[in-house]
Amino acid sequence: MFLINCPYCGERDQSEFSCGGEAHIIRPKQPTELSDDQWAEYLFMRKNIKGVQFERWNHAHGCRKWFNMVRDTKNDKIHAVYKMGEKPPVE
Amino acid sequence: MTKYRVNKTKHVDQTKTISFDFDGKSYHGFEGDTLASALLANGVHLVGRSFKYHRPRGIMSSGSEEPNAICQVNEDTDLTEPNVRATEIELYEGLKASSQNCWPSVKFDIGGINNFISPFIPAGFYYKTFMWPKSFWKKIYEPLIRWSAGLGKSPTKPDPELYDHKHVHCDVLIIGGGISGIIASKISAKNNLKTILIEDKNILGGSTIFQKNENYKINNKYSSEWLNEEIAELKKLDNLTIKTRTSLAAYHSYNYLLAKENISDHLPLEKRNGDIRQRLWKIRADKVIVATGAIERPLVFNNNDRPGIMLSNSVKKYLDFYGVSCGFNNVIFTNNDSAYETAVSFKEKGISVEIIDIRKKSNSKIVKNAEKLGVKIYWNSTIVNTLGHRKINSIEIMNLSEDGSNVVGDKKRIKCDCLAISGGWTPMVHMHTQSGGKLDFREIDQTFIPNEIDENHINVGSCNGDFELEDIIKNTNNKVKNFLKVSESEFDNTSVLNSKELDKRNIWLLPNFISEGKCKSFIDFQNDSTAKDIKLALREGFKSIEHVKRYTTTGMATDQGKLSNMHALGIIADTAGVKMGTLGTTTFRPPFTPLTFGSIVGRSVGKFFDTIRRTSIHEWHSQNNAKFENVGQWKRPWYYPINDEGLHDAVQRESKAARDSAGILDASTLGKIDIQGTDASEFLNRVYTNAWSKLGIGKCRYGLMLNEDGMVYDDGVTTRLGENHYLMTTTTGGAANVLSKLEDYLQTEWPELDVYLTSVTDHYSTASICGPNSKKILKKIFPDKDFSDDAFPHMSYQNGKIDEINCRIMRISFTGELSYEINIESKYGKSLWEKCIEAGKEFKITPYGTETMHLLRAEKGFIIVGQDTDGTMTPIDLQMDWIVSKKKYDFIGKRSLYRSDTIREDRKQLVGLLTDDPNEVLEEGAQIVSDINKKPIEMIGHVTSSYFSPNLNKSIALAVVKSGKKMNGQKLIVPMENKNINVIVSDSVFLDKENKRINA
Repeated sequence: MFLINCPYCGERDQSEFSCGGEAHIIRPKQPTELSDDQWAEYLFMRKNIKGVQFERWNHAHGCRKWFNMVRDTKNDKIHAVYKMGEKPPVE
Repeated sequence: MTKYRVNKTKHVDQTKTISFDFDGKSYHGFEGDTLASALLANGVHLVGRSFKYHRPRGIMSSGSEEPNAICQVNEDTDLTEPNVRATEIELYEGLKASSQNCWPSVKFDIGGINNFISPFIPAGFYYKTFMWPKSFWKKIYEPLIRWSAGLGKSPTKPDPELYDHKHVHCDVLIIGGGISGIIASKISAKNNLKTILIEDKNILGGSTIFQKNENYKINNKYSSEWLNEEIAELKKLDNLTIKTRTSLAAYHSYNYLLAKENISDHLPLEKRNGDIRQRLWKIRADKVIVATGAIERPLVFNNNDRPGIMLSNSVKKYLDFYGVSCGFNNVIFTNNDSAYETAVSFKEKGISVEIIDIRKKSNSKIVKNAEKLGVKIYWNSTIVNTLGHRKINSIEIMNLSEDGSNVVGDKKRIKCDCLAISGGWTPMVHMHTQSGGKLDFREIDQTFIPNEIDENHINVGSCNGDFELEDIIKNTNNKVKNFLKVSESEFDNTSVLNSKELDKRNIWLLPNFISEGKCKSFIDFQNDSTAKDIKLALREGFKSIEHVKRYTTTGMATDQGKLSNMHALGIIADTAGVKMGTLGTTTFRPPFTPLTFGSIVGRSVGKFFDTIRRTSIHEWHSQNNAKFENVGQWKRPWYYPINDEGLHDAVQRESKAARDSAGILDASTLGKIDIQGTDASEFLNRVYTNAWSKLGIGKCRYGLMLNEDGMVYDDGVTTRLGENHYLMTTTTGGAANVLSKLEDYLQTEWPELDVYLTSVTDHYSTASICGPNSKKILKKIFPDKDFSDDAFPHMSYQNGKIDEINCRIMRISFTGELSYEINIESKYGKSLWEKCIEAGKEFKITPYGTETMHLLRAEKGFIIVGQDTDGTMTPIDLQMDWIVSKKKYDFIGKRSLYRSDTIREDRKQLVGLLTDDPNEVLEEGAQIVSDINKKPIEMIGHVTSSYFSPNLNKSIALAVVKSGKKMNGQKLIVPMENKNINVIVSDSVFLDKENKRINA
């Protein structure tokens, strides 16, 4: 059960949050110009890393804000938490 | 006093007698006893039968590691509790407990025959037998397995006890109130840290609290005396919370821990007063100090499971803590020094004891102490057999060969009534590993000890591999100071005297002159796994410890292998010729000891199980005989039976009334999202499939929302209230998810849009009035308003007032009838509803529920997202191409509508179905086929909605069928269990295709 440092509210219990999968997948601006394969890449393909992973999280039972999180899936250590639109920290 | 109660101790109050029942017989014990100590005081060792072979088994330990003495408590009530360890049940007046796993009685057990046929039930026999003949399975094997499987009986009634949860935060949590936990707590609390100490027993002190031996002194006092003084001081500290009878269940990441506090289980039944029984503590600690101690290891030898064979330190605890001697002719079988303390305790009380030691010698102080007291010691010896049926009566010993791999010399028989065994100590590393910690293997005493890397958690005392008193005190003190960044403590100059163990010898499986196949050397007592089983598993090719564990079921019983795991590992390592440290261990998973379901769910039972949402009109529905249905968390009126009308009749009546005159529906539960901002129109363009920019103020439009994969996600009518202001409605069940999804897009994909979303579902109540007379009813409620089609056309909205209260009137329809929805602030919902009913009286306005709503919309061919769609339907599949804008450059899901898969023409598509027999109503979910003769029969679709329409006087259904679009008029078959129903594919709009009624 993680302790997550919401960038808007501070440290809260994991039960207040929901995970929204891999971060930094940008919705294509011109979907109609993409081939099926390119669109499928955006739509379906997600990494599932054993190690450091960039994730989207939502403080669903709090401020309802989305933010990004860098988490090591091997030991669940949270390396960084940052707001949407901010640059990911360089590892 | 019974003859086994040989000693008065301060922990058991022998002036307070408690009577209890075990296996239907009455006994007496004293306040301070556990069920186990009271039974032993009465000379009762035999308390159960083993799981597989039904061998007689006795109390083995004095704590949570107990594998044998698991009881059914209060068996004659419907609230019985199985699998409770007798060693952990504090005695109370009126306690009724009984043995498990024996029939008809623990002394004569029919299943005991398994013991004699044991050669035929080896490890993995479940996987090997019961395979043939096939016909035996249903009648013989399955009932037999079901009868003999499982431990104990489940209660049959709901648990009436109260359970609680409590969330706490602290600076330091200390797990375990033994000597190291007490030292840690004192250092922590005295340094101004908010500290919690939890201990699973009812008193603090661990095993040091009953250690009164010349060889173990702290500051020149007996270790128990010193510790008692420490505890007395500890209890005075302000910022320390001590929780006894509280056992740690789970240690999760980020120092989040669960502990179960037993509040009333030790009280006499009449004193419990319906108070909380157990409380689950949910603790978030800044730092955690694990001081869970160590568990004594048994020894693995032939017939090591008879009643009367117990762990040595437990025998000592029964003697020195409870004042109970487990036997009068005691033999101790050991490989280490700690068992000599037990021998000295016996001798000092004048009770006979002898020692079998597998070591060749030991020159420590405690051994010399025992020798001086006249204890006979058989060095370099092992037990090759034990005798006695319901209780041990003698043992046979032989000398060990030089390398310990075999036995030599002659057998010698020794009489005994209690055999105390000690195979050394296993640190309780469960908590450390649960938290994600790793282990290192220490060769010298064959133990796994914590490898610490987490800066917020340490292990101290014997769970960290410190077994000598001096090491425990010194290392705990230093480690805790370091951990809490404290420079000095009161324990810095503590002087400790203890006998040091100098000689060690460990043999995981003790040798025997009898062939291995004929020995019954138990490793897991509760699941009846023997050394032979482990070796068989290895011979059959299982190599991983996790596989051997599952194949032999070693360590998989309710005790989770607390006593057995190390021996299983050791025997695997020895047999396979590998180093034990390289094998690793099996995974320790929570809970450490079994938890009651009650403590897990806490107060979330009955009406607190989930939120119940009721509309402001709910009371009227109840008073008017509504039957309710759950829609998400909402209670919605399902139908309103008159007298003893059933569902079918009520729905037929309601449906007819709605089309013939007027019906009224409580539509308050529909999700409502208030959308404002200068980009609101653009936002709707992006989230709905159709265009929104040109929707006039005061107009309503139906919208379909897709997922990015092109599949229909939600639908509803959205009204433009102002230039930059919309009110979106969603399905009842989808409201929360739609809001989340829209928020997600706004925050992460389109942060540049000026749009604000607010859920207003609960803010407005909605009465939906439909039917040819609805306009007249509205006219009565709003006499000043012009309801002509020109002034107030279909799909438009106007503000209105009822007695000065503002409301919104939408002319929209989900039934295909002329229909109006009135929205009003929720607090006026009920009075609005009553006003509508009053105004509708002359038109026999009929309240209808969700079932009629479903029927009416099906007649009109309107879909319900989630009933006619299932997350694999595109708007094209639904034949709703008209709602998908061709002009818009983009919207959520657009690109997916022409992926190679979504443009397939043989996708399942929504159609109508009419049965050949108009009275035959199809079952929803029924499969649809076209050719019943071609085997295997191809299922080409299924029925999604089906009703008998009273307005059309025939059965109608919606279905999804492969290539259904092209099938209009085609005959298909719906095969049922006992007949095939002939159907014909039709248009999905059954009633009023021309929309005459809506515009009436």
